[in-house]
Amino acid sequence: MPSTLPLGEPAPADGRLPPSAVAGSRDRAFGLYVHIPFCAVRCGYCDFNTYTAAELGGGASQASYALTVERELEFAGGALAQSGIAQRALSTVFFGGGTPTLLPSQDLSRVLQTAKNVWGLEPGAEVTTEANPDSVTPESLAELARAGFTRVSFGMQSAVPHVLAVLDRTHAPERVPLAVEWARAAGLKVSLDLIYGTPGEELSDWESSLEAALTLEPDHLSAYALIIEDGTALARRIRRGEVPMVDDDDHADKYEIAENMLRGAGMSWYEVSNWARTGEDQCRHNLAYWKGHDWWGAGPGAHSHMGGTRWWNVKHPAAYAQRLDTGASPAAGREILDETARYVEDVLLRSRLAEGYLVAGLQPEGRHAVAGLIADGLIEPADAFKGVVRLSGRGRLLADAVVRRLLPN
Amino acid sequence: MSPMARTAPVPAATDPAIIRNFCIIAHIDHGKSTLADRMLQLTGVVEQRDMKAQYLDRMDIERERGITIKSQAVRLPWELDGVSYALNMIDTPGHVDFTYEVSRSLAACEGAILLVDAAQGIEAQTLANLYLAMENDLTIIPVLNKIDLPAAQPEKYAAELANLIGGNPEDVLLVSGKTGVGVEALLDKIVRDLPSPVGDANAPARAMIFDSVYDTYRGVVTYVRVVDGHLSPRERIQMMSTRASHELLEIGVSSPEPTPSKGLGVGEVGYLITGVKDVRQSKVGDTVTNLAKPAAASLSGYADAKPMVFSGLYPLDGADYPVLRDALEKLMLNDAALIYEPETSAALGFGFRVGFLGLLHLEITRERLEREYNLSLISTAPNVEYEVTLEDKNVVHVTNPSEYPVGKIAAVREPMVSATILAPNEFVGAIMELCQSRRGVMGGMDYLSEDRVEIRYRLPLAEIVFDFFDILKSRTRGYGSLDWKADGDQVADLVKVDIMLQGEQVDAFSAITHRDKAYAYGVMMTGKLRELIPRQQFEVPIQAAIGSRIIARESIRAIRKDVLAKCYGGDITRKRKLLEKQKEGKKRMKMVGRVEVPQEAFIAALSSDESKDKAKK
Ligand SMILES: Nc1nc2c(ncn2[C@@H]2O[C@H](COP(=O)(O)OP(=O)(O)OP(=O)(O)O)[C@@H](O)[C@H]2O)c(=O)[nH]1
Ligand SMILES: C[S@@+](CC[C@H](N)C(=O)[O-])C[C@H]1O[C@@H](n2cnc3c(N)ncnc32)[C@H](O)[C@@H]1O
Ligand code: SF4
Ligand SMILES: [Mg+2]
Repeated sequence: MPSTLPLGEPAPADGRLPPSAVAGSRDRAFGLYVHIPFCAVRCGYCDFNTYTAAELGGGASQASYALTVERELEFAGGALAQSGIAQRALSTVFFGGGTPTLLPSQDLSRVLQTAKNVWGLEPGAEVTTEANPDSVTPESLAELARAGFTRVSFGMQSAVPHVLAVLDRTHAPERVPLAVEWARAAGLKVSLDLIYGTPGEELSDWESSLEAALTLEPDHLSAYALIIEDGTALARRIRRGEVPMVDDDDHADKYEIAENMLRGAGMSWYEVSNWARTGEDQCRHNLAYWKGHDWWGAGPGAHSHMGGTRWWNVKHPAAYAQRLDTGASPAAGREILDETARYVEDVLLRSRLAEGYLVAGLQPEGRHAVAGLIADGLIEPADAFKGVVRLSGRGRLLADAVVRRLLPN
Repeated sequence: MSPMARTAPVPAATDPAIIRNFCIIAHIDHGKSTLADRMLQLTGVVEQRDMKAQYLDRMDIERERGITIKSQAVRLPWELDGVSYALNMIDTPGHVDFTYEVSRSLAACEGAILLVDAAQGIEAQTLANLYLAMENDLTIIPVLNKIDLPAAQPEKYAAELANLIGGNPEDVLLVSGKTGVGVEALLDKIVRDLPSPVGDANAPARAMIFDSVYDTYRGVVTYVRVVDGHLSPRERIQMMSTRASHELLEIGVSSPEPTPSKGLGVGEVGYLITGVKDVRQSKVGDTVTNLAKPAAASLSGYADAKPMVFSGLYPLDGADYPVLRDALEKLMLNDAALIYEPETSAALGFGFRVGFLGLLHLEITRERLEREYNLSLISTAPNVEYEVTLEDKNVVHVTNPSEYPVGKIAAVREPMVSATILAPNEFVGAIMELCQSRRGVMGGMDYLSEDRVEIRYRLPLAEIVFDFFDILKSRTRGYGSLDWKADGDQVADLVKVDIMLQGEQVDAFSAITHRDKAYAYGVMMTGKLRELIPRQQFEVPIQAAIGSRIIARESIRAIRKDVLAKCYGGDITRKRKLLEKQKEGKKRMKMVGRVEVPQEAFIAALSSDESKDKAKK
């Protein structure tokens, strides 16, 4: 079951943004997120806004989906221009889901082309798509590369069959090396997503998965602790006692294992759950979220951010298509952040990055908390002396607690 | 059968011969307030359309819990054989914590209806309240209630009642407060059997204050029963204990709404308003007289209600301390049984040590403070008052474990009670076992009837105030009932057990226990706290100690993970909301040193397991 949208104020039908969002837009980087809300099957742990063909009752919306999204991109171009937001070329584009590669490559390429038509791409722009290992072929990947994609992020999750089974993953582990090879051959950079802490996963299972991932020498790797989301099939199975509850200490052990093995393999963390081989390989689109840059999120349930205004689209693909059919904004609601909320988000998001948060940017409560955080081993002392709050290994595992200590009550 | 009175006797001009003052006494829940409802209806003082169940239970908390906390007096007209009478009915509470309310009401009456649930029979408070009524020389009318219930056994319990007070089982009236059956006959019997009040109409006035209530709009409303003489509006009256004088701004009767009158004469029950703002200036038990023509001797009053159980009340948010102080001050206006003084706790900050009549009184007071004054409170483990004699012969009274003197103690005395337990005889063994485990000494045992016994024990108060009653109930499958009253003190081998979090003593969790029970307390409390306190960013040792000797220990492992990391596809709003929720949660934490202890942990740790949701009945 997809998770719910936040509550906010109504968003205007013409997509117009408030003056606060316009101010300073010229100097901010701009990205595009395109949501593809389709999956072949729904994984038991997943609460993303995605639907199987059966859930949608026919493939019609899937076939016409690219067209609908293109309409939103055109609408976006108009709305931004009308609001007086600076016209900027895209620095990053990210197709996420769902399973973007469930759509034909031509569809993804068309959408990317439309985005180029509306805004243009910066030279060296990063263009990523997420992909399930069993939803790509050598041809489809080559086609994407030709269209301008530069990166592919595979949902590998694990290399261990019994773990993949609990996660309801359909791909065979052997599929992953193939998919990576094809992507490389097409000239795409490769990222792998792993999940740890799945019920029944032993420490050695996790080590095997990391091992398997590292053998493939990915440019980038995300390792997420499994979150048991309300309303998912996995949550129900745990409640019924069919599989054991996941354990925070187990998560901590596995995070430490990941950090050690990834560091050993020459990768460095740049965000709590993300590691890259070089600075170049960091996912710039991902960083844009943490740094509070501007992006337009297209597709049902997609979130956007523009200079302190956040909004989100209606969730269901049918409702979404309907809005665009009538020429109205697909936004379901929005939130214009005040000074306080902007500060809270800034600390909340940036402090999770390896580049850290400038002590000078903290309000007094935050500055006063720094010494205690050093004493508790939660931030790196040497960086703190240089004026940067940077999470230590232990601090990354307790990042939410660190953030609470940095922020006023 | 009597009709509703055509004309009601007028207050201030009522011949004592046509006055009948009575109260309804019973064990808790035997139906006093419901019977009072039928009387309000039959006598016509409450219109059909205004009627609601337990009409006289007016406080929110009384209505929610379905129990009476405060006595209520009402003047009812009733006609018999062509004569209109004025009846003053007082509905009393049944819970043992409020026994003092019953004793005050009895002093305003010549008679009492002893009400017994026909499905339950005589219970402990039936006996206790009957005893009080007899002590006051009241004429008793035995009545079996709830005879509409299929489980009612009127013959059996009529015999039991007759046996208890002397007389014939046939003289026991059978009524149903629910259907109204027998209530008219009961009103007739009240007129026939109860003596009318006697007093000297020409003597200086003497009126006994039996209740005093603070009302936001009218100030203090004082309820009196006139014994001699007469009180009139606008005259100056005098409180005989303090000699303070006030002008009588209003005088009247409750029927059941306050109705001003031309005064009150011999035998009448009514209320006075003088404009004073503090119930303590109009003290229950005091005698009111005319300032111009004062009486020579006051009526004998009542002993002050003595607090038996003490607990610290602390605002969760330290900034609410002044609110709590004002709130207690206001509640005290209404509740002379409540006493308090400021205290500080290292763990909880500024608060008050408050004395209560029992756990129900504590619970109700706390609930009222929270509800009526919008406070979030922590109440510390309730305890009794100990008298500690030091080696230098100095004596200290300890109502707060953290004030327990260290070392150099010659003797400790703890308060005792005499308890009466009623139950079917099959439970005698279980009851004796329970009382023995609570350091009780048996005083005697009597058979009330073939299968019901009355067992008397002398027990330390500390052993019975908390969970004793609940355990008694469960060991007697609900049939056991308990009544107790203070009965001196005794020397006991007591120790103070301290609880430490991360080496820091948490005074709120300290307890004074019998030496034999100290270890059990230590293990129980450290175990509970380990469950209740969430893991912190560091390891938290929990220890129980007597002096410097550790008797139990537990430890809360450090939390290792507190971070949500998943790709949210840019739903930052959700992340921020989550943070706000976490921070809200943190606000409900009390800092003990560096340890964050949730409010719930204090409440849960300080309430005994077996009595959490009960204690009410
Ligand atoms: N069936 C039946 N139920 C009754 C009767 N009288 C009272 N009850 C019920 O018994 C319960 C207790 O009644 P109350 O009138 O509140 O009893 P009380 O003696 O005033 O209780 P306290 O004031 O708390 O001591 C309620 O649920 C009443 O509805 C009766 O005659 N028949
Ligand atoms: C948008 S999802 C999906 C991409 C692609 N459909 C797939 O599953 O391979 C991106 C990543 O989020 C992670 N993820 C999804 N649900 C999660 C959960 N409940 N807990 C932790 N990580 C999760 C998975 O690692 C997944 O690859
Ligand atoms: S394939 Fe990816 S997006 Fe689809 S249900 Fe599974 S985890 Fe969720
Ligand atoms: Mg009642």
